[in-house]
Amino acid sequence: MQDLTPGRVPRGPGDRRSARFLPLSEAIAEHVHDGDELALEGFTHLIPFAAAHEIVRQGRSDLALVRMTPDVVYDQLIGMGCARRLTFSYGGNPGVGSLHRFRDAVEHGWPRPLEVVEHSHAGLAAAYAAGAARLPFGVLRGYEGTDLLAENDSVASVESPFTGERVSAVKPINPDVAVIHAQQADRRGNVMLWGLAGVQKEAVLAARRAVVTVEELVDELEPRPHSVFLPVWVLDAVVVAPGGAWPSYAAGYSVRDNAFYARWDEISRDRDRFAEWMREHILETA
Amino acid sequence: MTPEEVMTVIAARQLEDGQVCLVGVGPPNAAANLARRLHAPECVLVYESGAIGARPLRLPLSIGDDDLAATADELVSVPEMFAYWIGAGRIDVGFLGAAQIDRRGNINTTVIGPYGRPKVRLPGAGGAPEIAAAVRAVIVMARHSPRTFVEQLDFVTSLGRGGDAFTVITDLGVLRPGDDGEVELTAVHAGVEVEQVLEATGWPLRVREPLEVTEPPTARELEELRVLRLRTR
Repeated sequence: MQDLTPGRVPRGPGDRRSARFLPLSEAIAEHVHDGDELALEGFTHLIPFAAAHEIVRQGRSDLALVRMTPDVVYDQLIGMGCARRLTFSYGGNPGVGSLHRFRDAVEHGWPRPLEVVEHSHAGLAAAYAAGAARLPFGVLRGYEGTDLLAENDSVASVESPFTGERVSAVKPINPDVAVIHAQQADRRGNVMLWGLAGVQKEAVLAARRAVVTVEELVDELEPRPHSVFLPVWVLDAVVVAPGGAWPSYAAGYSVRDNAFYARWDEISRDRDRFAEWMREHILETA
Repeated sequence: MTPEEVMTVIAARQLEDGQVCLVGVGPPNAAANLARRLHAPECVLVYESGAIGARPLRLPLSIGDDDLAATADELVSVPEMFAYWIGAGRIDVGFLGAAQIDRRGNINTTVIGPYGRPKVRLPGAGGAPEIAAAVRAVIVMARHSPRTFVEQLDFVTSLGRGGDAFTVITDLGVLRPGDDGEVELTAVHAGVEVEQVLEATGWPLRVREPLEVTEPPTARELEELRVLRLRTR
C-alpha cells in the first residue's frame, strides 16, 4: 500500500521465504488484502484466472491492479468493483475488441471510478524488471515525444550521463503481492513454468509476497526448453489448481479458449448480463 | 472482394522474403501470415508476446496463442523482447494500427476525447511507441475515414516519421511522407477515385504526381487469404 522505499526493501537472506502449500481460498485470504497493490501476470498464456475468481468471491476491494494486458481477467475484477486503480499497457480483448467493463469504469465510473496509470509494454516491462532488480528506475526509449510521458507521473525524461541522449526513466513496480499460474510444482514447492513466459519472473521477484497456482504437483521437475524456474525460497504460497488458467491456457495442459474470449465481448457489453454471468459462474461456485 | 481484403493483400506485398517482421493482432496478423504463404516464406515472424520465428498454421486470434509458441524458433520473456529485440532495432518491419492518424503519421490508440474524461477509452499503447521508434520500416494499416484521418489527434500514442521507411496502407490507397514529412497519397487501389480518398481524409490531403494505381489482388492472393481466415479459430 505504501511506496516501497529502498531502505525498506528486503535484501539478501532477509528476502528468503519458504512457500507453503495452501488451498486456494486460504492462500488468497492470507496474502491478498483490501487495498493491496496486486499484480496478476501472464501475457496471454498462463493467466491466473482461478486465483482472480477467488479474489472476487472473497470480496476484495480497493485493489491497485497492475498488469500489462488487463485482459478478461481484470475486466472481471474491475466490473465487480474490486479495483480503485489500474496500471497497464494494453487494455483490449486481443483480436476481439474492447474490454467493456474496463471502458465502462473509465468512461462512466461504473461500478466505481478507476484511476489509470498508463504505460507502453516496454515501459511496464522495464518497470517490473527494475522492481525485480531493486533499482531506483528502469530505462528505455519509446516514450520520448508521446503524450504518455505527460500523463504518467511514473515516467520521466532523463539524460544519459555518458552520451547526453534523452531517454525515459520509469519508476519501478514493487507490488504488495504477485499471483501467477504455472504448469508444475515439486513437493518442496519449487515451481516451473514453460512456453511464453511474459513478465512472471519479474513480477514475482519484484513483489513483496508471491502466490503461485499450478496445474500439477510432480515428484521431480524435469529440465525443459523455454522454462522458468522459481525456487521455493522466493515464494510464499503454492496452490494446486488444475485448469486455473482457463480461458487462457497452460502450454502442455490446455489450449486457449478463443471462443470464450470472443463470447466475452457480448457477456461483458451489458452491465446486467455481466453481473448475472459472474454470479452464476464465479460467485456461486468454489 | 472486400476493401479490407485489398488492404491486407497490398500490405502483405510490402514484406520482402527474409525480413524480420513484428506482427500485431488484427489485419497486420493476416498480412504477415499471407506474405509468408506467398512470396516471403522465409519471413521471420516476431510476436511481442515473446515468440521469434513463429510459423502458425492457423491465423492466431491473439498474439499469444498456443500455436505461435509451439511453432517458434525461440521464446523470450517480454522484457527481453522489448529491450533486446524491438528496442535495440533488430526488427525490419513493424505493423501498427490506428484509431486516429494525423498528417505527420502520429498515431492515437489511447482515447477519443479528453484524456481525463474520455468519450471512448481505447486499448492504449501496447508495443506501438517502441515499434514506431525503433523498427526499421513502419507500415500502418487503417480504414480510410475522416474519423480516423484527422487534423488533430486527441492523444499522441506513438510518433510518425518522415522518409521512405513509413507507409500507410488503407482500404482506399497508399500514403507516404513527402520531402517535408507530411504524408501524401502516392497510390489508389484499382477502382478507387482520388475524390473518394480526399473526402475520407480530415485534412486537405496532398496527391503525389504521378499517382500510381496498385495492382489488384490476384486470384491466388485472395484464395490464400480466405483459407487463412477460415483457419482462424
